[in-house]
Amino acid sequence: MTKDEFTVYEGLGTDAEDHRWAFGTGFTDPLEGIDTSVPDGVDPDALATYCLMLGDDALVYSHRLQQWITRMPELEEETALANIALDLLGQARLLLARAGRAEGAGRGEDQLAFFRDENEFRNVRLAETVDADFAELTGRLLIFSAWRLALFGQLTGSADPVLAAIAAKGVKELSYHREYAAEWVVRLGDGTALSHAKMRAALEAIWPMVDELFRTDAVIAMLPGVAADPATLRGEVDEVLGTVLAAAGLDRPDRAPMAAVAGQTGREGVHTEAFGYLLAELQSVARAHPGATW
Amino acid sequence: MGEPQVRSGWPLYEVFLRGKRGLNHVHVGSLHAADPEMALHHARDLYTRRNEGVSIWVVASTDITASSPDEKDPFFAPSGDKVYRHPTFYEIPDDVPHM
Repeated sequence: MTKDEFTVYEGLGTDAEDHRWAFGTGFTDPLEGIDTSVPDGVDPDALATYCLMLGDDALVYSHRLQQWITRMPELEEETALANIALDLLGQARLLLARAGRAEGAGRGEDQLAFFRDENEFRNVRLAETVDADFAELTGRLLIFSAWRLALFGQLTGSADPVLAAIAAKGVKELSYHREYAAEWVVRLGDGTALSHAKMRAALEAIWPMVDELFRTDAVIAMLPGVAADPATLRGEVDEVLGTVLAAAGLDRPDRAPMAAVAGQTGREGVHTEAFGYLLAELQSVARAHPGATW
Repeated sequence: MGEPQVRSGWPLYEVFLRGKRGLNHVHVGSLHAADPEMALHHARDLYTRRNEGVSIWVVASTDITASSPDEKDPFFAPSGDKVYRHPTFYEIPDDVPHM
């Protein structure tokens, strides 16, 4: 902590702060001072696709979380979930912007988010599935954020400085998401007989989509040192889930992975039926008013 | 999505925040939570969204003992005419911080 933050009068007298804001100040730009050109030796197309994968995971899952707004059990939980969804939307924006720039075809974040079709989306199927109930929401959020945190943890050392900076920002956000979700999974798993049964059923329902998170993809294989190999994340994620499930008094489900379609899953643009509806809602405003700004 | 639920009976917590520019924690509001740990999370999500805080305290509202409005005069009126209790008649040296 700097002296300015600690001494009340010195803090008030500082002109370096941004006075536009009535409350908090000291906002930071995660990409400030970072060279955004694609590093030498990195395949720009592969980098663009990889950023789409990570960006689409966040964009699609953020939208699913937003669909919970007005349906949460308490107002306080609603704000908590909205914050999480907003964090993920922020990650999606940075990653889609990075994808557009690496691709070099002039597509920006909005173009990529709102004017791609279903089979061009690269998100994992775990992110697109509707939560049946609150237990499924917390279970999916735990698995998603534990996995993404492990992934971003590796990406902080990525050879692409932009990806490394986005990951460094995301790690702090995802640590909180994971903590929030873990607390609820423990609360429900270790709660009443009914909450335990619902939490167990939720994990059973989600589990078939977990395997896909650790699949290595041809695009990822083209980016050594830049991308994180999903297979290497499994140990860390398993350990975290094991700890939480043990505290919650829940067993790890034993369910067969959801089948790939002709060897293809979400990463290759093959999605579940529910995804089309999500995308239609997500893109409807932008497509109804193309070129509109607000 | 689940059925609409009747609002639960989660107890009330008071939230105190220390901002970047403040030396002490200031009461900023209250919220509902099942236990202190959850109250801390809710406080983070409700009251530090605009980058305001560096430290949070939460305390169950039932744990606060408050002065009663009925006792306002016996409590506070006797100090009303004792202006000499304000240390306004001293020069504060430049190198004394936090005053």
